[in-house]
Amino acid sequence: MTTIHFDAAACNLCRQCIEKCPFGALTLGDEGLEVNEKCRMCGVCVKVCPVRAIRFEQKPSRDPADKSKWKGILIFAEQENGELHPVTYELIGEARRLAAKVGYAVFAVLVGGEETEKNAEELLPYGVKEVFYYQHPGFSGFRADCCADAVADCISQLRPSVVLIGATALGRSLAPRLSVRFHTGLTADCTKLDINPNTDLVQIRPAFGGNVMARILMEYSRPQFATVRYRVMDRAEKTDGPTGRVKRMPVSDAMARSGIEVLKISPLPREKTLEEEEILVVAGRGAKNEEGVALVRSLAEALGGRLCFTRPMAECGLGDGGSQIGLSGRTVRPKLIITCGVSGAIQFTAGMSGSECIVAINSDPNAQIFSIAHYCVVDDLFQAVPAILEQLETGKEAL
Amino acid sequence: MNIVVCMKQVPATSRVEIDPETGTLIRLGAESRTNPYDLYALETALRIRERTGGRVTVLTMGPPQAEQMMQDAYRLGADDAVILSDRKFAGSDVLATSYTLSQGIRMLGIPDLILCGRQTTDGDTAQIGPALAEHLGIPHAAWVGAILKADKKSIEVRQTLASVTQISRLKYPCLVTVEKDICVPRLPSYRLKRETAGRPVRVLGFRDLPETDLSLCGLVGSPTRVESMFSPPENPRKVMLEGDTREKASALVAVLREKKLVEGGEAR
Ligand SMILES: Cc1cc2nc3c(=O)[nH]c(=O)nc-3n(C[C@H](O)[C@H](O)[C@H](O)COP(=O)(O)OP(=O)(O)OC[C@H]3O[C@@H](n4cnc5c(N)ncnc54)[C@H](O)[C@@H]3O)c2cc1C
Ligand SMILES: Nc1ncnc2c1ncn2[C@@H]1O[C@H](COP(=O)(O)O)[C@@H](O)[C@H]1O
Repeated sequence: MTTIHFDAAACNLCRQCIEKCPFGALTLGDEGLEVNEKCRMCGVCVKVCPVRAIRFEQKPSRDPADKSKWKGILIFAEQENGELHPVTYELIGEARRLAAKVGYAVFAVLVGGEETEKNAEELLPYGVKEVFYYQHPGFSGFRADCCADAVADCISQLRPSVVLIGATALGRSLAPRLSVRFHTGLTADCTKLDINPNTDLVQIRPAFGGNVMARILMEYSRPQFATVRYRVMDRAEKTDGPTGRVKRMPVSDAMARSGIEVLKISPLPREKTLEEEEILVVAGRGAKNEEGVALVRSLAEALGGRLCFTRPMAECGLGDGGSQIGLSGRTVRPKLIITCGVSGAIQFTAGMSGSECIVAINSDPNAQIFSIAHYCVVDDLFQAVPAILEQLETGKEAL
Repeated sequence: MNIVVCMKQVPATSRVEIDPETGTLIRLGAESRTNPYDLYALETALRIRERTGGRVTVLTMGPPQAEQMMQDAYRLGADDAVILSDRKFAGSDVLATSYTLSQGIRMLGIPDLILCGRQTTDGDTAQIGPALAEHLGIPHAAWVGAILKADKKSIEVRQTLASVTQISRLKYPCLVTVEKDICVPRLPSYRLKRETAGRPVRVLGFRDLPETDLSLCGLVGSPTRVESMFSPPENPRKVMLEGDTREKASALVAVLREKKLVEGGEAR
């Protein structure tokens, strides 16, 4: 475990650390520097101290995990209403990529009702070594407590080094419960993963609420839990001659017992989700008002795509929250995305940077969005969008 | 009926940048506000109390400045407010934060219902609620969009999952995290403002917790560590479209046609 160590004798009272701390976490007390609960371990103080009076100190945790006893990567294959969630194949793809680097195998676990065995078999062609499934009528419908019991049973037997879970409504209920149970770390909504030769999982996600990405490690605990959004990682390909097998795991009545009674499950009307759209057009705060939004909407309509929004637009009521793109909205990877009046904050781009073709329209040539866009239009959207609409029209006439 | 609402004070602006010279964080502005998502949790608690009677206690882990948020909560109708504040809580990640909150709740006595917001605007993990439920060994339902029934024994909730909606009943004690559209939070009342003026906020530290195990709190109790930070990389293949508005528009439409992303043009 890391703590901040302060050497009072070396300190020259320059106060640089206090001024530069982005979180206001440092104060000068009677015995020198004091770190308060706002500290996020960003390390700025360590870097700015001219006399090196501050350093990170590694303290052995109560019980550091023996890494060699935790091997392999386990993915949670989520089912809903009897169907596998498509994020499952993306988790397998990512797990295989990571596993290849450190010579690990990939495993999967399913928890559900009668359709579970069939779904477990579906995963074998994708290069999973063993698929463990817990099938019991008590597991149909989603109950976080007993689902966690079943997955915890699997983890205790398999002892995987890494557990990947989809950052879906279910996954976000399950992952925190499991990480607490194993007294280990969890990084939510990773946008990128890697693995070090010593099997430490490198988890990258936007952090601190700013335009900053953080690399996060859990060096002393196993298993390492991470959740990943749908549409962030690449789907697994089928392998030639798969050799994996499925294994039915015994389910005790205690395991299927839950404090949650499911009264009713109703399927939602099946419509194309934002994640499935091929063309998206985003209205950001630059669209200003209803008129601007209507303009951007007509571009979406002309392209046969869907209109979506940045968070400030959803918050102020100009856009609906269900169509918000980004870290606290949806993650999309369409063929084409056109952003209109979007600054390109990292919390936004985290939800769309995997798109195949990114077009940005912004009047500010220094806008962040231009650092990730493929085609950059520096212009006032109230001028540019009508011009594009006109060009699209003339094209049609030429048909 | 006892309800605990977990609320957090978050930075009012999210403007943080990396200093390109030193590679360290610069934060602009130190103002705080109540995590907006937590106001829905508080409102939900107040509405349940109106039907069942009982007490609503607001709990936070954070610096003593959270007192302001607690005074605001009193003005909205909270009965009691507790801040868990100690230097030993510094640098807490999901595991340590949820553990510390669970200790605070054990100290208050496990309530019937615990309510959390969907997520915070700074941590943005949406993980504290379920983690807290696990520490306490109670069931939870996350991202609840509607409370259909709440009496003195149990609560009925509706959740929207990926392709279904699920209605479930949870017996107390349990934890529920609520969606933003569950209700419209009320405004602070002038009458309550007068009535609660000067009502104290309890501030408790590490020593007040039932278990004083330092290895579970703050930095030491946090298994995750931020190893480094960086600005997102620039895309090397970018194309700037040049010319006046019309020229840029026609260049863009030509590209889209070439990529077969739109219909029309000679390509068809
Ligand atoms: C924890 C956390 C999570 C977040 N999650 C999300 C999320 O999921 N989704 C999200 O979107 N945000 C999220 N945010 C907010 C994010 O940091 C940004 O604040 C937000 O994305 C900015 O939205 P915007 O680009 O619409 O507005 P602004 O940043 O205000 O940008 C408006 C842009 O429009 C341009 N503009 C103005 N007028 C015109 C014009 N006439 N023509 C063309 N361009 C014009 C301006 O130059 C500017 O670049 C999150 C923040 C935090 C802290
Ligand atoms: N420090 C804290 N004190 C009290 N409640 C918190 C704290 N951090 C998070 N929460 C609660 O947990 C919810 C989810 O937070 P997060 O996991 O940070 O997105 C919030 O809406 C709060 O209800």
